[in-house]
Amino acid sequence: MIAVFFMKRDTQTIEKQENSVGLVETKYYTFAEPPDRLKLISGKELGPITLAYETYGTLNKDRSNAILILHALSGSAHAAGCHSPQDRHPGWWDNYIGPGKAFDTKRYFVICSNVIGGCSGSTGPSSINPETGKPYALDFPVITIQDMVNAQYHLIKHLGIDCLLAVTGGSMGGMQALAWSISYPQMVKSVIAIATSALLSAQGIAFNEVGRQAIINDPNWKSGNYYGSWPPDSGLSLARMIGHITYLSEKHMHMKFGRRFQNPEFNSADFRTEFMVESYLHYQGVKFVTRFDANSYLYITKAIDFFDLETEYGGSLMKAFEKVRSNFLIISFTSDWLYPSAMSKDIVRALRRNGKNVIYTDIETDLGHDAFLIENPVLERNISNFLKSEFEKIGLP
Amino acid sequence: MKTYTKIGYDLVVKLIPENSRVLDLGCGSGDLLVMLQKIKKVKGAGVEISEEGVSKCVEKGLYCYQGDIDEGLMDYRDNSFDYVILNQTIQSTKRPRYVLKEIMRIGKKSIISFPNFAYIYARYQLLFQGKIPKNILFPFEWYESPNIHQLSIKDFEEFCAENNYTILKKFHFNIHGSSDSKVVKIFPNLFAQYGFFLLNGEKPPAKGGISSQPV
Repeated sequence: MIAVFFMKRDTQTIEKQENSVGLVETKYYTFAEPPDRLKLISGKELGPITLAYETYGTLNKDRSNAILILHALSGSAHAAGCHSPQDRHPGWWDNYIGPGKAFDTKRYFVICSNVIGGCSGSTGPSSINPETGKPYALDFPVITIQDMVNAQYHLIKHLGIDCLLAVTGGSMGGMQALAWSISYPQMVKSVIAIATSALLSAQGIAFNEVGRQAIINDPNWKSGNYYGSWPPDSGLSLARMIGHITYLSEKHMHMKFGRRFQNPEFNSADFRTEFMVESYLHYQGVKFVTRFDANSYLYITKAIDFFDLETEYGGSLMKAFEKVRSNFLIISFTSDWLYPSAMSKDIVRALRRNGKNVIYTDIETDLGHDAFLIENPVLERNISNFLKSEFEKIGLP
Repeated sequence: MKTYTKIGYDLVVKLIPENSRVLDLGCGSGDLLVMLQKIKKVKGAGVEISEEGVSKCVEKGLYCYQGDIDEGLMDYRDNSFDYVILNQTIQSTKRPRYVLKEIMRIGKKSIISFPNFAYIYARYQLLFQGKIPKNILFPFEWYESPNIHQLSIKDFEEFCAENNYTILKKFHFNIHGSSDSKVVKIFPNLFAQYGFFLLNGEKPPAKGGISSQPV
């Protein structure tokens, strides 16, 4: 019954395969081998570190067409294409990455890596701690958005790229993109930051905390030491359900589900799932636990909460962007209440005060925060045109 | 109804020196900025209220901010542009006084051009037809016009005098053909369709950096 929502999506995927990057595989890069561990913002050191990554398209002779894609909270290195011919779920940004798409793999070399702290191939709390031979669990050090970026820097260098045509991402991916432009100004030609913010709002932190409490209060969590036993699935799935509410707009949710019933019989005494929206959230929660680690959820949401460029630069966002050299495309969505348009405008204003080249557009949509993951012709056109002109500006076709 | 496009573009292009830094307020699809980039190699930026306009600007490789001119100017530093252009837009801003003040602050020079409400045909329509002028300059019905602050050339001159804004040049004009401008020198407030002013906004650098706040 639940699967009904997604059957439509699957058939769409099959139809679109002609502009897909096709079969892809995840690769791995390990660095920061002891004693050369990566120094984290917390002062602690981590190593060795493995980053899972995928690439699409071909790096040109001048190595000037590389684009780094940065994923959001629950994303992975698998941004486009499929892992097997039977795979019906392409990468998380397949709508935008592929031949002829916004990130046109005929022109650009596209890289996406899983963040440190993640659980899709990169080193995170579920990875084996070489000192103990057991998963890190809560011995994994606290990580920040900056740490994610610093780790990606090693991957980009490893790939032989000195300068990225663009760094881009939505939500937490946008935060990383901003951090990239600030930390490595020489390496970033342009930034496309979508539905993001220079700092998370109190409301955003509040929702993240409710999600974390759902995990922590699951008896299976066991202070994070659940590896090898039953994981805190109900806590993690509840966290995901809460998250999903924040990714949609009230209007879109109502349009999509209305008050329609999943199970038509009227008997609420057993509190079974009755409305379609309930069923949808349950499905999202259940689906999520099969691919995500609860401890990773805790670490990554904390990293998002702690991200605050304003405080980091003495209370001035303008100061944060003083030394950036990139050109910016900043995009928000009118119905996004988790990362509202005003937050994107704050970034734009700080950039303008510094006299930087910046494009800002507030795309009209009812789809809420998650709009960047869904096909949107305006978003696609803006990304594609911006990249084209930025690429031309470095004197290449 | 027939409408003009590219109103006064030829005058703006002629006036702006090469390699200037230009801000076009209400830049629409960015055509004027593209012309300026091609002919005068300016470094341009735009502000445009519509999502569609911004998308077209991005297509042309321009840097453009989607926003309301009435709100979006305070971020720019004093004298940060050689020229600020407000072409056929002042009459539709919510707070023209504030917008002008900000333009004078952020631009060393500014070009302000607008349809002249005292143009003879507009006077005729009001006087003899007893109706709000609707013509090639003001192609809207009264109930759907974006032109909420109509003004004449004389109004603007008085406004500049009151606010101590120095007028450097005036090229009030009529349109010939589809977009060529012909400057009107005799009784422009009566015979010119459009007012066209070059103002001097240059001032000694302010000590506090970004100063102005919305009034």
